[in-house]
Amino acid sequence: MQLYGALLLLPAAILLATFAYLPTIATVINSLFLPGFRGAPTEFVGMENYQVLFDDPTFWKVARNNLIYAVGTIPTSIALALCMALFVNGKLRGRGFVRMAYFTPTILPMIAAANIWMFFYAPQIGLFNKLLGALGFSGVNWLGDPNVALGSVIVMSVWKEAGFFMIFYLAALQGIPPELKEASDLEGTSRWSFFWRVTFPLLMPTTLFVLINSLINSVRVVDHLFILTKGGPNNATNLLLYYVYENAFSFFDRTTAATITVVILLVLAVVATLKFTILDRRTHYQ
Amino acid sequence: MNTTTTYTPRARYVSVPSLETVAAWLLAIIWVFPLLYAFWAAFHPSEFMVNFELFAPLTLENFTNAWSQAPFARYYLNTFALVTGVVIGQFIVCTLAAFAFARFPIPGKNVLFMLVLIQLFVFPEVLIVENYRIASELGLINTITGIGLPYVASALGIFLLRQTFKTIPRELEDAARIEGCNWLEILWKVYVPLAKPTYLAYGLVSISHHWNNFIWPLVVTNSVESRPLTVGLGIFSAPETGVNWATVSAATLLSIAPLLIAFLLFQRQFVQSFLRAGIR
Repeated sequence: MQLYGALLLLPAAILLATFAYLPTIATVINSLFLPGFRGAPTEFVGMENYQVLFDDPTFWKVARNNLIYAVGTIPTSIALALCMALFVNGKLRGRGFVRMAYFTPTILPMIAAANIWMFFYAPQIGLFNKLLGALGFSGVNWLGDPNVALGSVIVMSVWKEAGFFMIFYLAALQGIPPELKEASDLEGTSRWSFFWRVTFPLLMPTTLFVLINSLINSVRVVDHLFILTKGGPNNATNLLLYYVYENAFSFFDRTTAATITVVILLVLAVVATLKFTILDRRTHYQ
Repeated sequence: MNTTTTYTPRARYVSVPSLETVAAWLLAIIWVFPLLYAFWAAFHPSEFMVNFELFAPLTLENFTNAWSQAPFARYYLNTFALVTGVVIGQFIVCTLAAFAFARFPIPGKNVLFMLVLIQLFVFPEVLIVENYRIASELGLINTITGIGLPYVASALGIFLLRQTFKTIPRELEDAARIEGCNWLEILWKVYVPLAKPTYLAYGLVSISHHWNNFIWPLVVTNSVESRPLTVGLGIFSAPETGVNWATVSAATLLSIAPLLIAFLLFQRQFVQSFLRAGIR
């Protein structure tokens, strides 16, 4: 029995080891070594690569961008997702269409979404600037102005993500017993305080779940940067994973790439801990 | 998604739409607008990109241009091969592992399971540098196998199937064993059929994910022979290639069309699947 069980696990174990565990360990090891020149053995340098990374202002800029990106996208998507769910959970004419409209961006590839938003953001022929021009304002360089570009990327991400989170809120809303609403109507509670006193606390597990997911996405999804900005102008929209990509495949600096990857892994480890401690203790789906 | 709401909000008279209805519709219009705009741009000559005339002439020329300027037929084929291969591989590998986790006495099973769950956070695309090295050592660079293989042992798949398998009553298994079925037959004839909804849900989520996946396929492929649609589209529409925008929007619609149509036809199944795969 035990042998049989182990055999069943074997394919998954081999694949996970090859593409998850070994690369993780190798990444950590690479971040502690410097490669030798032309076949010379690699040299153990301890934390030196981290020292170099932390002295690199670009790294801090990118890390700060990622933080701004997370702070910009997460609360906005969550709030919008909750509004959307409340809208389509009530009586609403054309509810099917509205719900579809909210959810559709979710199933598009990030690349396609970025292409579409490019039509809005492009400096000369983009729709936003044409509209501004028609109203008599001068155009904004949505993706080329370092002060605006990250904001533009954030707006696109919120558009892509909010509908996905909506479905979780909607499912949770439909699980709230209608008696609560009836009771509060009898008491004459206003809708506003019913929402804040009853609905919102009951949705807390969903909010935490969505929060975890959006945190993960904020360090994992950088596809849109390839189309919109390529991390520019002057790294104004560069995010950690894109910076890893640049270091590894444009600058051919695997050591720096490995070191930044470890930083990302640490962020993910924090998120995972958050999930396994807080979320799993507070939600009981099973 | 359940469309029945069991309580009726306070009666409203239909003539004046409430503030909420207006807001809901406004948001919906904002949300579909980018997609509608892509349709507009794709089906009209490029001089109508920012010139909205209701009776602007319709054209399919942008689509024929896109189709002839980049090997989209090949990209389609690659994406189909990739998605099919990944989903079949995931079904097999995850079923076996989930069965072991659900029903076999394995020493240290809980620790092993936690190890599997790590992959819910550490995705192949985060480990892009090392995975590239490993893929090249295995000779998988520029192959469709190379794009798909890192995703085959999916923690999500193992997790969902294990959960489903655990809810299946042991009695069914015992009955099958009395009939003389061995382990594999029990798995195939009892567990797999009863887990069909889970396979459907997980399959749809996996198809959407791999149809849309970009950064890992970008890194691991370097020619038309293996590039999936997303990478093909990304290269085709990169601003520096200077391709006409109407053509880019046609190409964008071409690459999302199959999934978009499938979604519009089977909305309920898609949404249910995302929910099922999400609430874990």
